[in-house]
Amino acid sequence: MSEKKTAVYVCRGCGIGNRLDTDQLAKIAESEGKCSLVRQHDFLCNADGVSTIRNDIDGEGVTHVVIAACSRRAKTDAFGFDDVALGRANLREGIIWVRPDTEEARETTQEMADDFLRMACAEIQYIKQPDTNQNAGTNKNILVVGGGVSGMTAAIEASKAGYGILLVEKTGQLGGWAAKLHKRVPDREPFADPVDAGVSDLVKSVEYEKNINVFLNSSITRTSGAPGQFSVDISAESGETVTENVGSIIQASGFSGYDANQLPELGYGKSPDVIDQAELEQLAIQAADGPIKRPSDGKEVESVVFVQCAGQRSDEPGHLPYCSGHCCNTSIKQAMYFKDANPNVDTVVIFDDLRTPGNGEDFYRSAQRKGVIFTKGKPQQVSPVDGQLEVKFHDMILNDEAAATADLVVLATGQIPNSGVDIEPAAMQEVEDGGGESAAQAETETREVQIPVESILNLTYRQGVDLPHLRHGFSDSHFICFPYETQRSGIYTCGPVRRPMDIAQTMEDATGAALKSIQAVENAVLGRAAHPRSGDLSFPSFRREGCTQCKRCTVECPFGAIDEDEQRYPLFNESRCRRCGTCMGACPVRVISFDNYSVDTVGQQIKSVNMPDEFDEKPRILILACENDAYPALDMAAQQGLEYSAFVRIVPVRCLGSVNTIWVTDALNSGYDGVMLMGCKKGDDYQCHFVKGSELAHYRMSKIDDTLQQLQLEPERVEIYEVEITDIQRVPALINEYAAKIDEIGMNPFKGF
Amino acid sequence: MSDVNTAMVQKYRNDFLKEVEENVEEGHWVKMCMQCGVCSGSCPFGPHWDHPPQEIFMMIRAGKRDEVLTTESMWMCTSCYNCIVRCPRELPITHIMHGLANYAHRLGIAPKMNPTRRFAGIFWNNIAKTGRVNELALSLKLYFMDGFMSGIKKGLAMMSVGIGMIKTKRLNPFALISHKGVKNPKELHVLLKKAREIEDRRKGIAS
Repeated sequence: MSEKKTAVYVCRGCGIGNRLDTDQLAKIAESEGKCSLVRQHDFLCNADGVSTIRNDIDGEGVTHVVIAACSRRAKTDAFGFDDVALGRANLREGIIWVRPDTEEARETTQEMADDFLRMACAEIQYIKQPDTNQNAGTNKNILVVGGGVSGMTAAIEASKAGYGILLVEKTGQLGGWAAKLHKRVPDREPFADPVDAGVSDLVKSVEYEKNINVFLNSSITRTSGAPGQFSVDISAESGETVTENVGSIIQASGFSGYDANQLPELGYGKSPDVIDQAELEQLAIQAADGPIKRPSDGKEVESVVFVQCAGQRSDEPGHLPYCSGHCCNTSIKQAMYFKDANPNVDTVVIFDDLRTPGNGEDFYRSAQRKGVIFTKGKPQQVSPVDGQLEVKFHDMILNDEAAATADLVVLATGQIPNSGVDIEPAAMQEVEDGGGESAAQAETETREVQIPVESILNLTYRQGVDLPHLRHGFSDSHFICFPYETQRSGIYTCGPVRRPMDIAQTMEDATGAALKSIQAVENAVLGRAAHPRSGDLSFPSFRREGCTQCKRCTVECPFGAIDEDEQRYPLFNESRCRRCGTCMGACPVRVISFDNYSVDTVGQQIKSVNMPDEFDEKPRILILACENDAYPALDMAAQQGLEYSAFVRIVPVRCLGSVNTIWVTDALNSGYDGVMLMGCKKGDDYQCHFVKGSELAHYRMSKIDDTLQQLQLEPERVEIYEVEITDIQRVPALINEYAAKIDEIGMNPFKGF
Repeated sequence: MSDVNTAMVQKYRNDFLKEVEENVEEGHWVKMCMQCGVCSGSCPFGPHWDHPPQEIFMMIRAGKRDEVLTTESMWMCTSCYNCIVRCPRELPITHIMHGLANYAHRLGIAPKMNPTRRFAGIFWNNIAKTGRVNELALSLKLYFMDGFMSGIKKGLAMMSVGIGMIKTKRLNPFALISHKGVKNPKELHVLLKKAREIEDRRKGIAS
């Protein structure tokens, strides 16, 4: 790239010109910002404004552009100059929309604008147009693991979009659970009767698609690489192994049925006539729409009781704490098997809460019309009595002990995800080996003995062989904010491995995952990041001379993007990286940086602010706001005209995980009176777009108290908040409360040093 | 126990739900209840019922025949229609309650001393006699339902209302001797008898 030339454009539109002294801003850009080219414009985002900038880039050789106008989240199309380094000073949402238009406020508002411009000028000096990722992969094929409804649907959808598919199925035939169903819950109007499971049609579609290559009786014995360049070993039962390259992976490994032998109180194992839903499907297939016969003596079933939530939604040991979602509809469907063959069969469904997702409510009504009896109760015991079964239950409407007798009892047991090895205990073991804390050790010891589970993907990542689990063994992915995304870039999950679900939801899920995997390979080829910084070309690099090989970055990277080379230096896997900067925040010696985001780009912004002295009564509060939720919330607060203190200086960060503690200590040393950090929700119900960033930031900030004490500063000078994108009212209130608190504590004594 | 009742017990054995479906007005709706409890929560008399509608439906499904038919609960219904308006499954709950009460009455096992039931009987006999309500006779019969002394007491308590009604010609003090019914009450009696026969035949009850 040729010589660096920075241009600053100050917009006077949207009222900025009326509220602020833009001449002064221009002067600051010239003198303090040291920018050679400064222009003002009345309407920068219109065609004339944009072409002014374009002409300067093309004609004047401008390489660095600062746009002092609206928020960086606004007008991204107009200001999308991707051939220069770009910085934005947020004068509109960040200043004039959150400040009152009064004479008294004019001075502090102008100071705010001056500082925001200084910050943007400081940042741009340290930004470089990102280099191309030299290690980008080019493979666009997609591997689908699992040949059930979810896997087949994902394969068909991606294939129809023109991508080559490898479909790997463990067993000898496609279809998974759905192939074992007599019929399925209806998926279309009038939602009144069970319909054909449709598996044979799906299998035909898979065979019809030329792009799909099916591997039966096979499993994945090794997975390495990154988006665009995965290498997988597919091993057949016969022992033959082929190595294939793919661009992304969809894990559709489905679920296993809960073992009903753990429910002796419900009679399973005591009588062959107590069965689970899967076994009833077999009986129904045998009966082929005729009368269903009970297993013990082949007698035609005249009465049947369905026990819902068997071993589910319960805190008892050995039970599943969650609801499997499909079982109510499934029992309704199965009760119809009996009623449709013979309306005189007594069918009773004993439920706690009848949950019928989708259009199940219509299906439920249809069953009631057919005469299926629904009883709200808690089953207590099932025992054989005189060749029949007695179901004792507590009737929850009549608050009474009751009993029902039946020829057959069907237990609605739950789904257990096939999510492979839980890598968390393994990681904990490592901490222990490294002379870890005793608390971790105690926890490992009290952990229940785990039955060895076969790995699904056999990843060669240092972080473990399978995808991380979240709760109850389901693969981690935030099911509202970013479904399908896992903590391993380029690998997506769908179907019941992600959360319990039925066929209809699974098919929708599989389609979503197919789209995500297509997006992943397309981004990977261009060397761009996947969600949530989709399209970002930057990637982390480190200064080898400064690195102390502490391994903190490799351990803390939420996405397993950093390995170690032979000399134990970090080895960045650019294509796996999501560009959150968690490694940058973790690095104690600050050697990790991105071309367009580094310790300097933020650190220099913090330092560039004009610090009034102690007696001016003008405190300065630094806000490091996560760009995913907190910063949009601030923007939206501005759009609603909510006001907040003029003493704050806001710096957006990629994730709180990227916040290096040096920024906070530097800020306090240079005279800031307080530092607010705003990140996403952490913990089990995390909303952090980079999984662990917010949590790590909380942890790191808890350690900063010592530093504050050494500096003899109050701990309240650094506060960290969990903010959601919907906290539009709350965020300005938080700022104002904090500003009042700082007023109370008083000024930072380090001002002017 | 009446003969009709015994016959019904024998006919339906343990399947009380089927009995209700086939004999109670709107009884075929009972199976559609989804036990949400909105009816019980909406009923202005809810707390005073032994078994609110939701429970009654559950008891019918559980085959609790005697408890349902002998309870005073459905006699408490004042036909305010709150439950019908609110039922998410659109059950005609008010009608079912009246249907159940009527069925219990016809089987002869409804609570004998239930005031609603007794008033309903008095009202029916009164209106069926001439085709028009004889309000004076109805009030007297109602007041003296529980005996002479209590009738006098009730009469005295309502005296001012009564005099007011006479003054404004809302009540004919000579109605006991001069009540005008429909033109030909005999024809009405034939009509009502026929209607009862048809209904009994439909419901399979020999009259």
